Amino acid sequence: MLTAEKLRQRNSADGVSRRVLLTGGLATGFLLAFHLPLRAASYAMNEPVQPPDVTAGKFAPNAFIRIDEAGNTTLIMPQVEMGQGTYTSISMVLAEELDADWTKVALLHAPPNDKLYGNPTFGLQVTGNSNSIRAWWKPLRTAGATARAMLVQAAAAEWQVDPASCTTSKGEVAHAGSGRKLGYGVLALAAQGQTPPKDVLLKDPKDFVYIGQSLKRLDTPEKVNGKAVYGIDALLPDMKFATVAACPVFGGKVGKVDDTAAKKVPGVRKIVVLDDMVAVIGDHMWAAKKGLEALKIEWDEGPNAKIGSKEIWQHLRAASEKDGAVAKSVGDIAKGLATGDKFEASFEMPFLAHASMEPINATVHIKPDSCEVWTGTQIVSRVQSEAAKAAGLPVEKVIVNNHLLGGGFGRKLEPDMVVAAVRIAKQVDYPVKVVWTREEDIQHDVYRPVYRDTVTATLVDGKVAAWKYKVAGSAVLARWLPPAFQKGIDIDAVDAAVDAPYDIPNFHVEYVRAEPPAVPTGFWRGVGPNNNVFAVECAMDELARKAGKDPVEFRRAMLASKPRALAVLNSAAEKANWGQPLPPRVGRGVCLQPSFETFIATVVEAEIDEMGEVRLRRVVSVVDTGIAVNPDTVKAQLEGGLIFGLTAALYGEITIDKGRVQQSNFHDYRMLRIDQMPKIEVHVVKSGEPPGGIGETGVNAGPPALRNAILAATGVALRRMPIDRSLIAVGKKA
Amino acid sequence: MATILTINGEQKSFDAPPEMPLLWVLRDILGMTGTKFGCGIAQCGACTVHIDGKAVRSCVLPVSAVRDRAVTTIEAVGNSPAGAKVQKAWLDLEVIQCGYCQSGQIMAAAALLAATPNPDDSDIDAAMAGNICRCGTYVRIREAIKQAASGRQS
Repeated sequence: MLTAEKLRQRNSADGVSRRVLLTGGLATGFLLAFHLPLRAASYAMNEPVQPPDVTAGKFAPNAFIRIDEAGNTTLIMPQVEMGQGTYTSISMVLAEELDADWTKVALLHAPPNDKLYGNPTFGLQVTGNSNSIRAWWKPLRTAGATARAMLVQAAAAEWQVDPASCTTSKGEVAHAGSGRKLGYGVLALAAQGQTPPKDVLLKDPKDFVYIGQSLKRLDTPEKVNGKAVYGIDALLPDMKFATVAACPVFGGKVGKVDDTAAKKVPGVRKIVVLDDMVAVIGDHMWAAKKGLEALKIEWDEGPNAKIGSKEIWQHLRAASEKDGAVAKSVGDIAKGLATGDKFEASFEMPFLAHASMEPINATVHIKPDSCEVWTGTQIVSRVQSEAAKAAGLPVEKVIVNNHLLGGGFGRKLEPDMVVAAVRIAKQVDYPVKVVWTREEDIQHDVYRPVYRDTVTATLVDGKVAAWKYKVAGSAVLARWLPPAFQKGIDIDAVDAAVDAPYDIPNFHVEYVRAEPPAVPTGFWRGVGPNNNVFAVECAMDELARKAGKDPVEFRRAMLASKPRALAVLNSAAEKANWGQPLPPRVGRGVCLQPSFETFIATVVEAEIDEMGEVRLRRVVSVVDTGIAVNPDTVKAQLEGGLIFGLTAALYGEITIDKGRVQQSNFHDYRMLRIDQMPKIEVHVVKSGEPPGGIGETGVNAGPPALRNAILAATGVALRRMPIDRSLIAVGKKA
Repeated sequence: MATILTINGEQKSFDAPPEMPLLWVLRDILGMTGTKFGCGIAQCGACTVHIDGKAVRSCVLPVSAVRDRAVTTIEAVGNSPAGAKVQKAWLDLEVIQCGYCQSGQIMAAAALLAATPNPDDSDIDAAMAGNICRCGTYVRIREAIKQAASGRQS
């Protein structure tokens, strides 16, 4: 059994309170480029503050930087690390302006506190929207530069010289005139007494020493030896383990439970029956699982038991016939559509589960007047307030210990797993770790919505003269961030439709809100742009064919006003040997997109065998993301994002029958594996533009580039995802 | 009745039902959380450990089948030459993203290299196709295995 000594050893790395301290010698999330003023006030903020880290005896100029007298520099991470590399990139941005000694940098997860750590785009602690660097670029540079200025002031006072005559580098202040030097540790206490300057000068990018370098990630050394602690790894004295079964039908309730057999399973401690789910608590997950299997549960399935995929698609197709709210309109769309060669097509995207490798989980300890939570979440402050509601406690009585995330992909933008764990933990006086099985995780997700995007366009002189684009689908934002849902438009669902890069004189985008019956929807890596980039880029290829033009040439002719888009397109075409001959049933497909303020062109080369099976041969992506804080991380995010998107294109679909999800685990909700992956070539363009988002763009690119490669190889224009092999086998027509 | 297993060279004694998978013994009884739960049905490889040097999915391996055999987990794989090479290559090539599947990936790769010191692409495919990475680090995993095999520096 777990001993106190073992726990001390295990948790000793946690340092300050129980938050994980990552020491080391040393992009993702979700959502669009929010341009709305969502800051503060528009949504409930967590005013109550979980006690932050200890600052006594340290230089603590702001919420992000702590330097002790030994010069150890602790950086507090406002964004969470779920694989996208943001802990390293954020640290690089802070360390750059601070001129920190990178070898003395350690990291802390931020506690829930929207005031100190709220994402500047949202006013809430949110890691998503591929915006960790975009949102924090200026604030964190300013925080670093301000701290540096205070250290310089302290040294200048000590030496009685003009601060302007001092320089900084690698954790030291130097005075050129006298050759004197003082380390930041020695200056820490004196710097704490300095008044922060009002307007601090930020570095000229040409003077960057860390930003732009592929520095080694800070979070990976502990990920090769089993020491990294994820939410699911929380261990506490006297804790028990639980697993759950929720009503398999969405919205259904627990009817009757016969626990006679379950109680006899060795190691089972308690059976918790809630209104919509049942949990078994045991000495370990195995006892909990066996106990759950031994329960006889009758469900009260409710009205959703009549709903299946057929009804859901009928509902969406009917909704997509309606007029939508106008998100953008340029020129005269009615007039434009009245002339020229007309094209119309609808593109359909399925429900998708997130399937993070770390199944959803939360550990909760309820005491008479407090609640403590251990989990890995993209929304730590919202988790705190939702846990408080579920526990029936004031929010300041709830402590949330955030952890590394074993994948997020938007699933952990929801607090439901924590709320469920609190409801279960309320029934006992010991800490309980609740872990969802993979089956429960897949069947009780918030799913990437089904979308139907319809393009109506005309061609005049080989160019698109009019473009009407209508999105029909769920408004995730209306549920998740209500103030962002204005005038009937989900700005996420139309994000990359509104920002399509092509010069089209008559350009019109509409949105029809269509919530699918029964099925809850949420953000899924790549978010709104997934449906938009897919439909825009598929339609462009079909229009190119109609115009008798090469797909790259056709796009080029409409990019005069978008030099960054044109440059990546040209570069990708060249690097991918665009236009050079290929064997039969092999094709190249292109995708161009400006999503998340990053420009990417991708070419996928694929072979389709006689049975319609698809083999990826080559993937080339050229990315202009502005200043790449850590170029290797940018490459890694593209590689991973492309695979995430290609996985969805080849396999991803959640289907519904009798109100329940039909898939359950990796055998029927498949993932691409290493033996199916060719080399991925990612080229990062050097740029001085402000940083763009990088965690999700690759996901957007995979499906349309592959679909266009299939079109080139077979002549079949697929209009639904995932790829239907029966339509592209030899002799078949879509 | 207490079960005794040799894990990472140390004898561990604990009470567990014989059919209980090794994964949960490691994680929930012994507090060794480096080995991960991913699917519970040997489909993803996150729970991979070594039994007598061979890569095995611990989520479906009853603890009763392990007796008298040497268990190695991610916490100690670095003690073997192949394991240490794999860990180094993983860091040199910055393979890891979220890292949750990587305990299993590293265990699978270390077992491969111990048995096949110079694997070709098809050896890598055969040894690693059972390990899912949702972050999509496959391209770098392949490169890192080749680097670990050749001893080449990045």
